[in-house]
Amino acid sequence: MADLSTNFVGIKSPNPFWLASAPPTDKEYNVRRAFDAGWGGVVWKTLGLDPHVVNVNGPRYGVIHGADRRVLGINNIELITDRPLDVNLREIKQVVRDYPDRAMVVSLMVPCEEEPWKMILPLVEDTGAHGVELNFGCPHGMSERGMGSAVGQVPEYIEMVTRWVKQNTRMPVIVKLTPNITDVRKPAEAAKRGGADAVSLINTINSITSVDLDLFAPEPTIDGKGAHGGYCGPAVKPIALNMVAEIARDPELAGLPISGIGGITTWRDAAEFMALGAGSVQVCTAAMTYGFKIVQEMVSGLSQYLDERGMVMDDLIGRAVPNVTDWKHLNLNYVTKARIDQDLCIKCGRCYAACEDTSHQAIAMNPGRVFEVKDDECVACNLCLDVCPVENCITMEELAPGTVDPRTGKVVEAERADWTTHPHNPNAVAAE
Amino acid sequence: MKTTIWSEGIHPGRLPEAQLAENFGDLHPPLDAHEAMVAADRCYFCYDAPCVTACPTAIDIPLFIRQISTGTPEAAARTIFEQNIFGGMCARVCPTETLCEESCVRETAEGRPVEIGRLQRYATDTLMAANAHPFSRAASTGKRVAVVGAGPAGLSCAHRLAMLGHEVALFDAAAKPGGLNEYGIATYKTPNGFARAEVDWLMGIGGIELQTSETVDASRLSQLRETYDAVFLGIGLGHVNALTLGDIERPGVEDAVAFIARLRQSDPSSVEIGRDVIVVGGGMTAVDAAVQAKRLGALNVTLAYRGPRDRMKASRYEQDLAAQDGVNLLTDVAPVELHGSPLEAVSFAQPTGDIVTIPADQLLLAIGQVLAPIEAPALEDGRIAIGETGRTSMGHVWAGGDCTNRGENLTVTAVAQGRDAAMDIHASLMEHANG
Repeated sequence: MADLSTNFVGIKSPNPFWLASAPPTDKEYNVRRAFDAGWGGVVWKTLGLDPHVVNVNGPRYGVIHGADRRVLGINNIELITDRPLDVNLREIKQVVRDYPDRAMVVSLMVPCEEEPWKMILPLVEDTGAHGVELNFGCPHGMSERGMGSAVGQVPEYIEMVTRWVKQNTRMPVIVKLTPNITDVRKPAEAAKRGGADAVSLINTINSITSVDLDLFAPEPTIDGKGAHGGYCGPAVKPIALNMVAEIARDPELAGLPISGIGGITTWRDAAEFMALGAGSVQVCTAAMTYGFKIVQEMVSGLSQYLDERGMVMDDLIGRAVPNVTDWKHLNLNYVTKARIDQDLCIKCGRCYAACEDTSHQAIAMNPGRVFEVKDDECVACNLCLDVCPVENCITMEELAPGTVDPRTGKVVEAERADWTTHPHNPNAVAAE
Repeated sequence: MKTTIWSEGIHPGRLPEAQLAENFGDLHPPLDAHEAMVAADRCYFCYDAPCVTACPTAIDIPLFIRQISTGTPEAAARTIFEQNIFGGMCARVCPTETLCEESCVRETAEGRPVEIGRLQRYATDTLMAANAHPFSRAASTGKRVAVVGAGPAGLSCAHRLAMLGHEVALFDAAAKPGGLNEYGIATYKTPNGFARAEVDWLMGIGGIELQTSETVDASRLSQLRETYDAVFLGIGLGHVNALTLGDIERPGVEDAVAFIARLRQSDPSSVEIGRDVIVVGGGMTAVDAAVQAKRLGALNVTLAYRGPRDRMKASRYEQDLAAQDGVNLLTDVAPVELHGSPLEAVSFAQPTGDIVTIPADQLLLAIGQVLAPIEAPALEDGRIAIGETGRTSMGHVWAGGDCTNRGENLTVTAVAQGRDAAMDIHASLMEHANG
């Protein structure tokens, strides 16, 4: 078993799998169950000032289903904790005492004034919690009151509040970022300037999951009306991965620790976030869909992966970051062609329909439903591979340097060459 | 003394009523809405899909499955019925394992095809449950067509003609319409009066006048040809083959076709069945008879076929169904002698020449059906010779279904031929009307 123990900005946990600040971490009962199931840590559901908020009394979640009602995405219009502050603090203290090896981070959201932060931070410290996470991401309800993503969308506010918090606590400070912005590096830079120890991302995405075509109202529907909610779950993972990578590869932000969040459902998802630089990961929707037990698969899966490759956690974290680049740096002399394995092909013709109708007419449908790639038309777009229902039936084969690409009639060059040196680029620089 | 499975001789009520009800209930229970969604999701929506090619009526299967998966089974049913007005019955009786499902790419990939038949039933049941007829008639053409035989071919033809605006007179020799759907298919494949309900629903198109118990002979046929603008023959195969063993008539010996028809028209608890039953034959009728004999409570049922197993016309699925029900499958045996009257045993010759004698109080013969003698259009191989669109050697006379020399003897083939003949009749009548 690989050692999965984690030290994230001084916050220690037996594994990198934390539950994100959300309904699963709303109270002692759930968190105890989570720790008993094996979660390495939790970010306690966001605390605010009393009088505590109220939630709607109708549905607060909407869903996107895949086949067989598989949950692909959930959105929610739930607010921060709707229980009194002292109740939450008392429960946190109990749990910290009873589970000393687990990470306890407390999520906070109070108005954009220094006093409330000065008031609440000592109370959290008193619980023995190991860190705080500043909720600058919640996109619904709280943002209408000038908190949550309303702060996270203004880098100056992020910097200001982060600085207040750092000045008023000894605990590590994680700033949770909203994806509802145009360039995630700006709020991350602000958090760094304010002195944040780490950022966590992504929070949920503004969304309407669906429209009820009988009521003509967004879902979830409250008495005939709906408000946008925050979208999460497997569907948002690609967006989250990109935002994590943007921060991880930015020279200004290099080294800023990242707690990765966004649709993590399996150990593999977690490993992908870690490869893009996340030192810990946070999970919510998967737990809300399947219960706390999934962490056992995450632990065994990540451990097996590391063992099979003789890696430790630090070998994984950030390992893919150097390979995330800009389009202009992609090698234009890398030429591939689709290859269809006729033994694996089940003759469904999806590759043909996709290529013929929507791409480059590079697949021939021969008698007997034999599908073959026309190398003189194939631009290697990958669509056939993407829509093929059989794993590894269609692959991409690299043309060796020196061979002729039948589509262009040009010899494949061994040297790499990209857009920066391409003759069509008005700003091209001469190749060395 | 109460009759049980052990009682010798031929008796009704060998099994308790509850057991009989279960035995003759739905062979494949319908999919519920969620099961249908899960099953539909397995379809890959193939390009130029092999399942469509394999369907004699060329139903657009990927399209109807996609319509199910998007919550519109009624639209799916319409897609089916446009090609095959007997989509409901075909969903129940088609040997899908040798047609659409055999060609499904997931059969190739995983040995487990998309459940096309059951999905088709889900869609058609949904629309038929609303008791809505999905089509309406075109404006009247003033043309009149006689359709002889109210089986799948005749009804399919009549429906399409009526839809196109023609007036149809539909004749059938039996007391009820439906042909083999009503009289010839195993009860457990189409329980709860489905065949009759389907015909009533189909007739909802309007413009079809049905006359039952109306036999059409040669003189009536020439009369019809004079009275109507066109005639379609969908008369099926009225006669059964006989064993060439001399006088075999005796108590205990019966045609399987008659046995199946009797069972279809009765409560199973009133149908007599032997303790030791032998069915001779290797087709669907033989399997249907054998399985139903077993399900009526016969203790020993033997299906005896003269050739090897792979030559049996019943599909492998049907053979397995029989084996699973406890029917003994005997192959490469030919009946040579019947013993006793009432029947006591049947002797069979093996390829080696050895004779084996099996006790039997009931013998059901399912050795094929033939066209009843008819002085009508020219025959080929004992059936009415037709062209691709059902034209016979006689002017203005079309034919389709089992009575013809084309295609397999399947409900779905009959439906396709009836439909195609209707389209050709329509083209022919309208061409004359316009010319």
